[in-house]
Amino acid sequence: MQSQATYNYKVVRQFSIMTVVWGIVGMLVGVIVAAQLVWPELNVHEFLHFGRLRPLHTNAVIFAFGGCALFATSYYVVQRTCHTKLFAPGLAAFTFWGWQLVIVLAAITLPLGYTTSKEYAELEWPIDILIAVVWVSYAIVFFGTIAKRKVSHIYVANWFFGGFILTVALLHIVNSAAIPVSFTGMKSYSAYAGVQDAMVQWWYGHNAVGFFLTAGFLGMMYYFVPKQAERPIYSYRLSVVHFWALIFTYMWAGPHHLHYTALPDWTQSVGMVFSLILLAPSWGGMINGVMTLSGAWHKLRTDPILKFLITSLSFYGMSTFEGPMMAVKTVNALSHYTDWTVGHVHSGALGWVAMISIGSLYYMIPRLYGKTEMYSVKLINAHFWIATIGVVLYIASLWIAGVMQGLMWRATNPDGTLTYSFVESVKASYPFWTIRFIGGSLFLVGMLLMFYNMVKTIAGQKAYDAPVLAPSVAHA
Amino acid sequence: MADFTSGFWNMYVMVFVALSILFCVFVLASNMTKRESGPVELHGHVWDETLTEYNNPLPNWWMYLFWITIVFSIVYLVIYPGFGNVNEGRGQVSQYQAEMQAADEKYGPIFAKYRNMELAAVAADPEANAMGERMFLTYCSQCHGSAAQGGKSFPNLTDDEWLWGGEPEAIKTTITEGRHGVMPPFGPALGGEGVKDVANYVRSLSGLAHDSLRAQRGKDMFVANCAVCHAEDGTGNTMLGAPNLTNKSWLYGSSEATIIETITKGRSNQMPVFGEFLGEDKVHLLTAYVMSLSKK
Repeated sequence: MQSQATYNYKVVRQFSIMTVVWGIVGMLVGVIVAAQLVWPELNVHEFLHFGRLRPLHTNAVIFAFGGCALFATSYYVVQRTCHTKLFAPGLAAFTFWGWQLVIVLAAITLPLGYTTSKEYAELEWPIDILIAVVWVSYAIVFFGTIAKRKVSHIYVANWFFGGFILTVALLHIVNSAAIPVSFTGMKSYSAYAGVQDAMVQWWYGHNAVGFFLTAGFLGMMYYFVPKQAERPIYSYRLSVVHFWALIFTYMWAGPHHLHYTALPDWTQSVGMVFSLILLAPSWGGMINGVMTLSGAWHKLRTDPILKFLITSLSFYGMSTFEGPMMAVKTVNALSHYTDWTVGHVHSGALGWVAMISIGSLYYMIPRLYGKTEMYSVKLINAHFWIATIGVVLYIASLWIAGVMQGLMWRATNPDGTLTYSFVESVKASYPFWTIRFIGGSLFLVGMLLMFYNMVKTIAGQKAYDAPVLAPSVAHA
Repeated sequence: MADFTSGFWNMYVMVFVALSILFCVFVLASNMTKRESGPVELHGHVWDETLTEYNNPLPNWWMYLFWITIVFSIVYLVIYPGFGNVNEGRGQVSQYQAEMQAADEKYGPIFAKYRNMELAAVAADPEANAMGERMFLTYCSQCHGSAAQGGKSFPNLTDDEWLWGGEPEAIKTTITEGRHGVMPPFGPALGGEGVKDVANYVRSLSGLAHDSLRAQRGKDMFVANCAVCHAEDGTGNTMLGAPNLTNKSWLYGSSEATIIETITKGRSNQMPVFGEFLGEDKVHLLTAYVMSLSKK
């Protein structure tokens, strides 16, 4: 190795630690809102009311926990697979502090009641501008690093990270377009009106799922699964096909959030058919991940990190089957507005997004401190089982609750009147909401184990920046 | 109504939908390689020391799945609206109308048989009463509560006090046409002290604790300003929906502070129109049910 240069791990370390911290915060708020549904008297103050805390929960887990995990892993992966240091390290440091500021501002303004009322885009316009600046900086760092890579081919993980970064910039800027009316009052009005506003919002909303929560985390999967399994990716060809089909088709899927509304029929139908076409491209990623393990299945028995990674892919496969089914109008007529949707989202968010991030972090964290293993592998194993039981309790209870709600709402008497009033369906949901609360709490307990394990791994260790590797000769 | 404001947008949508499906077909069709005999070879690139890729062909079952969803989508767009304005008439509006018509044909007669019955007789009919209760829980309980006891600004239907009259036909009119009750603001006209005096007089009308000096002063102002609607003796006027102020029933509350707020700022309250949505026969049953509530 003639070069003494080292990879820029500092920003990766910062984002990695904050991923765990924000994960705990976001999931704690989730557990609180779940408890508020079971015990409404816990809505003690307007700042801590369900309506204020729920967007704080979703923003914290998606953008704080998920966002930090994506920043951390993409910065790690892009350097190592491009065999070069991060481009513009100062800008990379800015993305860390800028993103943390966004999160802190969200944690203050949402409980205070400042909101645009657009789901997953609740933050008001001054924060939106900060997000846009941070995100463009992120794109410059990431694509700058790609541009100065020392290998000719761009590794597949970087396609997904790149697609995710570009698209999220587009989604955020278009959907957040608004006319500000007050800075101190943090108030703006959307640039769109009526059904157009709804369509832009769900074009954003579903692609936040498709690009932030899917493409980005597939990037993570394409690096950490083959690394941990020590096996080659199953199929280059499959990765090409499912990448293009996935990023292309997701763009059309948003209208399925607006079935049977004022949205024109043709838009609903087109949204539905492309949601169905999305099934195979989505599963392409799962196949490529799971089949990468062929020849190394025995490792699943002993390696809890692989358990996390492979289980996350199973949940990914399940959610991406469930999603297209729920986009079918006749199914949607039953599932829409029920807890089935909430269960579906959490099988993706906890089962896929959180588990792939946790597995990746368990691989990466020790390596950022010059080690190869976490402080305790046993604790990783305990974390895995607690988290898995938590997810299963969570999604199974909400499936049952959701289908029950849908059936109760449409049940009619022989005279055509509704069998149940709305409040009866609420009453019937309590047992399932209690189970959901327990499932969510278990998942949070797992995160606390992870925090302890991380602290023990890092304590007393010096930060370590690995030397930049020369590209393999086989590559030239 | 047509979904498109001009023929251009219709074509625009058609072209984009067609190109999008063709793109999926192209991506899939151009990658349908067969598995070659012999061991699968590595693709030839190495990243980060160990990352390599096989180049296995696409799994057959996966390709079939992809083809099935594409074919299904094309068939769906042939049958249902989606490809521009093709099949525009087969959308959710016609689906809703067809379902509503079928429901009316099926359930209409069940309600129609009470059409010519006197409301008092319908109210006494247990079967009609049960149907009325089910409708009440669906359409009315959101505001008036499951037990019909109302809440702040939502009238209690179980007592014998009626803002707009408790006669069968008056209740029916309330449900059919809705009501809009307006109390004008008197803050500017009466001034802070005046409002307080009137409020004390109003409290004295129903025997609530009050400052008798203020009440005395308030009486003249009441007669001059409020009696037009609430009547000189404060018993109200059901023609205007002006509440009787001498009883124990208070729509917004009877505390001095609340009454002061009501007089100062006025009130505006809305009972929605249900006649058009429910139709005469259902309103008939619902009226009978509401009548039965206050007789329990």
